[in-house]
Amino acid sequence: MAEIVGLREAVAALVRDGDTVAMEGFTHLIPHAAGHEIIRQGRRDLTLVRMTPDLVYDQLIGMGCARRLVFAWGGNPGVGSLHRFRDAVEHGWPRSLELVEHSHAGLANAYVAGASGLPFAVLDGYHGSDLPVHNPDIRPLTCPFTGRRLAAVRAIRPDVAIVHAQRADRRGNVHLWGIVGVQKEAVLAAARSIVTVEEIVDELDAPPNACILPHWTVTAVCPVPGGAHPSYAQGYYDRDNGFYLAWDGISRDRERFRAWMERCVLGTEDHAGYLRAAGITLPPERTS
Amino acid sequence: MSLPWTPEEMMAIAAARLLPDGRTCFVGIGLPGTAANLARRLHAPDLVLIYESGPIGARPPVLPLSIGDGDLARTADTVVPTHEIFRYWLQNGRIDIGFLGTAQIDRFANLNTTVIGDYRSPRVRLPGAGGAPEIAAHAGETLVILRHRRRAFVARLDFVTTVGYLDGGDARERLGLRGRGPTRIVTDLCILEPEPESRELVVTSVHPGVAREDIEANTGWPVRFAPAVTTTPEPRPEELEALRELRARTEAAHGRPSGE
Repeated sequence: MAEIVGLREAVAALVRDGDTVAMEGFTHLIPHAAGHEIIRQGRRDLTLVRMTPDLVYDQLIGMGCARRLVFAWGGNPGVGSLHRFRDAVEHGWPRSLELVEHSHAGLANAYVAGASGLPFAVLDGYHGSDLPVHNPDIRPLTCPFTGRRLAAVRAIRPDVAIVHAQRADRRGNVHLWGIVGVQKEAVLAAARSIVTVEEIVDELDAPPNACILPHWTVTAVCPVPGGAHPSYAQGYYDRDNGFYLAWDGISRDRERFRAWMERCVLGTEDHAGYLRAAGITLPPERTS
Repeated sequence: MSLPWTPEEMMAIAAARLLPDGRTCFVGIGLPGTAANLARRLHAPDLVLIYESGPIGARPPVLPLSIGDGDLARTADTVVPTHEIFRYWLQNGRIDIGFLGTAQIDRFANLNTTVIGDYRSPRVRLPGAGGAPEIAAHAGETLVILRHRRRAFVARLDFVTTVGYLDGGDARERLGLRGRGPTRIVTDLCILEPEPESRELVVTSVHPGVAREDIEANTGWPVRFAPAVTTTPEPRPEELEALRELRARTEAAHGRPSGE
């Protein structure tokens, strides 16, 4: 039964040191505000899961919150490297980072298995790739009916899934749309979940096939306007591409990264404070 | 000799020409997006662009910076969950062309986007596989686009992320993959194709103004040339105009760095 609470209380109650945490969002609806709150509260030894770790995972890794990363593609989309991720893998700074590495198809299937109550998923994938050599969660499997060679991937079952969505109603039913990625699967695979939303509305008035997380599948719903920035929320604001470009410079240098995190995240109370400190104006949605 | 176009423009245009109208194309991040959206503005208005984040039939007005920009969802025929893209659409054989970039490639068109050096203590950690291993396995054929540099065209990959033709010959067939594999590699110098029997990449078309020595000097193995090498037709004015207009609008839309 979803409780509508503040983000600080939700993170304090639901995210613990050592947890496996999946913060999903495929470019769209990335839960940046929640990631910042985890950093503010100083969580440690997390196993972070995400298909496409980008800036918020770079920040969590650079601040030493993670000991393991389960992922498929880690970069600054259209810009280049994630410098904090690279520094952790290449130089162990600020601590070493264990990698559990998949392809997109493999990890997406692993979430579906988690949401389906299965121990593993089956896919026609990874043939000839070196990925299974380094990841024991990918195993060969022979089809019992045809003898075809397939791959099995261990299910993802996070302790906590965290996603951002456009809206929830006052009972905590969540409605998201646009690029929905694996958010629904992540929430349904997890033991606990936090959904940050742009706004709470009286009525969702969603069409019957809309992507809905019923209130009883979500642990906490937290209103955080702008909570996806620099990612975007379709129908509310656009992706702040300028910030993704700027992050390349901010994150390249350890000292500059630390200073930015101190000023914009650790030194601020909440997401509104972050937006003010970083001088962010949410980009209006472009329609043509 | 100075040409009225850049090698980068030649590369995008040469790649765009390889995308036939009306086919379905799974578009990878980076350079493929430029070429695929250019093709849509030129000879292939009904090229169906499919992005791994979920949009099917996207018609973005500017080049997306990421693989999941709002323009893709807003202009798509439908947007499906990510697992569905990989299961119902790619794995089930509904994609004609997989279009990939890469950090490194070897002479049998295997791709490395994972690490340079040892996996556990790499010299350079690259982004990783993304959708590439299964795109290259299941798409009817695969196109690869990358800049032609010696550090990218290497004799031996430190890590095989995505399979082309493994060690050549019928090695790919023996793996039982659905797709034919990489059929054309487009660079800023030339186009390479797998030789019919050995499956080793050979140069089949050299871009105007490029010398064979330039290609040899930028390839990390003794690269061979097909018996009948052609010269890539130079960019036509309408191709250059469409590409430059797309780039200018993209730059205006994505703006300058912010939040520092």
